[in-house]
Amino acid sequence: MAIAAASKGTRHTVRLASQTDFAGWRDAARTLALQGVDPSDVSWTIDGNDAVDLFASPTAIANLPPVPATAELRVPRRFVDLAEAVICHSDPARFGFLYRILWRLQREPHLLSVATDPDVRRLEEMEKSVRRDIHKMRAFVRFRRIADEAGERFVAWFEPAHFIVERNAPFFVRRFTGMRWTILTPQATADWDGTNLAIGPGASKADAPAEDAAEELWRTYFRSIFNPARLKVKAMAAEMPKKYWRNLPEASLIPDLIAGAEKSAREMIERMPTMPAPHHQTVQAKHWKNRPEETQTNGADAASIAELRQAAAGCRRCPLWRDATQTVFGEGPENARVVFVGEQPGDQEDIAGKPFVGPAGRLFDAIIEDAGIERATTYVTNAVKHFKFEPRGKRRIHARPNAGEIQACRWWIGHELKLIKPDLVVALGATAAQSLLGKAVPITKMRGQTVTREDGLEVFLTVHPSYLLRLPDDAKAAERGRFLADMLAVKKLMA
Amino acid sequence: MPAPTIREKLAILADAAKYDASCASSGADKRNSLKSGGIGSTEATGICHAYAPDGRCISLLKILLTNFCIYDCAYCINRSSSNVRRARFAVDEVVKLTLDFYRRNYIEGLFLSSGVIRSPDETMAEMVEVARRLRLEHSFGGYIHLKTIPEASQELIEQAGLYADRLSINVELPTDEGVMRLAPEKRPQTIRRSMAGLREKLEAAAEPTLRTKKRPRFAPGGQSTQMIVGADATPDATILKTSARLYGSYRLRRVYYSAFSPIPDSSAALPSMKPPLMREHRLYQADWMMRFYGFDQREILAGRPDGMLDLAIDPKLAWALDHRATFPVDVNRAPRELLLRVPGLGTKAVKRILASRVHRRLRLEDVGRVCQSIAAVRPFIVAEGWSPGGTLDSERLRETVAPKAKQLELF
Repeated sequence: MAIAAASKGTRHTVRLASQTDFAGWRDAARTLALQGVDPSDVSWTIDGNDAVDLFASPTAIANLPPVPATAELRVPRRFVDLAEAVICHSDPARFGFLYRILWRLQREPHLLSVATDPDVRRLEEMEKSVRRDIHKMRAFVRFRRIADEAGERFVAWFEPAHFIVERNAPFFVRRFTGMRWTILTPQATADWDGTNLAIGPGASKADAPAEDAAEELWRTYFRSIFNPARLKVKAMAAEMPKKYWRNLPEASLIPDLIAGAEKSAREMIERMPTMPAPHHQTVQAKHWKNRPEETQTNGADAASIAELRQAAAGCRRCPLWRDATQTVFGEGPENARVVFVGEQPGDQEDIAGKPFVGPAGRLFDAIIEDAGIERATTYVTNAVKHFKFEPRGKRRIHARPNAGEIQACRWWIGHELKLIKPDLVVALGATAAQSLLGKAVPITKMRGQTVTREDGLEVFLTVHPSYLLRLPDDAKAAERGRFLADMLAVKKLMA
Repeated sequence: MPAPTIREKLAILADAAKYDASCASSGADKRNSLKSGGIGSTEATGICHAYAPDGRCISLLKILLTNFCIYDCAYCINRSSSNVRRARFAVDEVVKLTLDFYRRNYIEGLFLSSGVIRSPDETMAEMVEVARRLRLEHSFGGYIHLKTIPEASQELIEQAGLYADRLSINVELPTDEGVMRLAPEKRPQTIRRSMAGLREKLEAAAEPTLRTKKRPRFAPGGQSTQMIVGADATPDATILKTSARLYGSYRLRRVYYSAFSPIPDSSAALPSMKPPLMREHRLYQADWMMRFYGFDQREILAGRPDGMLDLAIDPKLAWALDHRATFPVDVNRAPRELLLRVPGLGTKAVKRILASRVHRRLRLEDVGRVCQSIAAVRPFIVAEGWSPGGTLDSERLRETVAPKAKQLELF
């Protein structure tokens, strides 16, 4: 880079070493900006390319005064990133334009945040155009394999719109590290020998290999993956502009595929359904005829919890099965002396298919352990066996089961209790209490009490552990204590 | 008949795979071959290496291992009763094809699916073996998407997740009734449980272990699914409800909608017609509204008693026309959530508006510089020096902002 100026207030000319000489541009721009040179007083040109700049004066050689060593020029990091990309743009005005942005940034430090500013807009558009060209090069380079004295080599011919070869080459190194390859373009050549990347001068199409046997397979794939019933030529051309076609081996097929699409699609639609293929009956007989059907029983004659669980897997007693993953049935030994009944499975229970495995379940486990109750000796289940929820983006919000759903599910809890015959049932929360007692009860008021049902079953009432999770930390400690006291009472009743 | 050549097999098994809409090669962890000395890399976004004249991107080599299948799903070209020509790739043939194509930069990687032969486990094991050989024997770092067979064993699924970037299980149709009618051998419950199982494994892999900082690898690109649209009478409202449920329940990266397409040897159980492409497009737009614009699934179709999206205009515009009282939105003051509801403003435009308005009052031409078409946006916003006036109440508003009827030809 060299900066030349006739005298103060006159034009300056900057000569850059190459089309993508970012370091040269940055040094010059820095000096000019620190000297306060107005963007309109600077011309930019590439060495040996003077014809580009009509304003360049060959006699203007006087240097600007040196910049003091302490002088500082500050720009946002984002500007540097954008400038590094935009320098690769094919627009000859880019150097001056970037300097203008730099100049404005000294006066308007927040300029880049003002996306609605015409200069910022143009800068972003230029960056996008370079980025898109880089992306399309990654997409549309087609290597052809050749054999040479050292083994195999892959060579491609590509015509980019901007000066992107050098900027894009490291991508191909990262991706094709284990290959020897060369990408030829009119402006530059990138060559990777397996260890070193070299950027050389431009080449011509004739330097690239003519063909590769794999292209016939690729064309076969391209033809077969196309669905003629979905013809959308514009959508294709928007993403794969015609200017790239001449270097894409598959593109030669496109006109015929388009021309024949209508006919192929019509034939598919008009063709009458055929008779089933001959092997179909054999397949059906072998794989599906003796398939055990899911039990459609209602579980009334289930002789064990396992049988009951199996029957409940296909439960359609209320509509909750539609949205849930699976029935989450009770778990624990069939001879348990105490049964804990929660409200309904939550998100994690629904996914795992097991009760009490979510946050509330873990808290419950910890507290009953503190109370000296061994979880392995207890049976845990829920009043409602499918998770009821509302989807919210990537989560599910718990929804309270209604009376109808609780009623429908009493069938299962009734049979569970009939098979287990526990001494005590603990209702965790209002839903469980309603299910066990057949009516809604004020749980906070009756908490800690034991109600004897008509059939003689003892039901201990307390809150659901998820209630503790929703409290602020200070209240949580106190409530945890109350819940522990309830569990200690349960432990006493079990004895 | 002589044994088919590789080229013939490729023709059959690519044709057999093309009805699956998924093509994404995104979401993988960043990796390259600098250390391994092999080939293959995945970066922030996937790359589409070609486009077929159906407008779909070709990113991955999308093939079936075999199109022999013991299932008889009415909508599928590979169902056991179909008279389609059958073929089967050997594991090494798929490995070689993938590498040959990748080396020439035709593809980002492999999307391997398969008809189910003999048993789900045997088929799944062969698919996993393809991925294993690519990764371990050939140091292949490209993208691998494996279709997961719902009935396959947990061990095989774990191995699949170890080598693949993405796994997917197709829910096939939006309702359980639809699956039971058209895919009688499939069990909707099994499909759901498999997706739940994938979510469990994905979440477990996302939590760092205590002993080592290294996490067990499991499909960093997550899971996706696909449902066929238009094979039965399910309305859009039900389809979107199913999508919302699937996104919420199984943390899917994507739900793909595949317009039911005629197939060469079709079943009498299905409509024979052109695929409803515009409907498919509208569903993707509605899906976008749920995922990026903060709309609840129920809002999208609130104004449509038949539960079907308006084919003539995009659903975000339709919602705005039905909720004119929400507008105009002041671009200089409105919160992000409200700006996102303005037809014609995408997430990027909204981001730019929010960043710019901190520094200056925005005029209509400022907004025009950050959006695609100011004509579409104008009636719904207030800007410095601009108010839509009575336009919003005009009976002709729809005609003003709706695209001209020519787009309907697509359908």
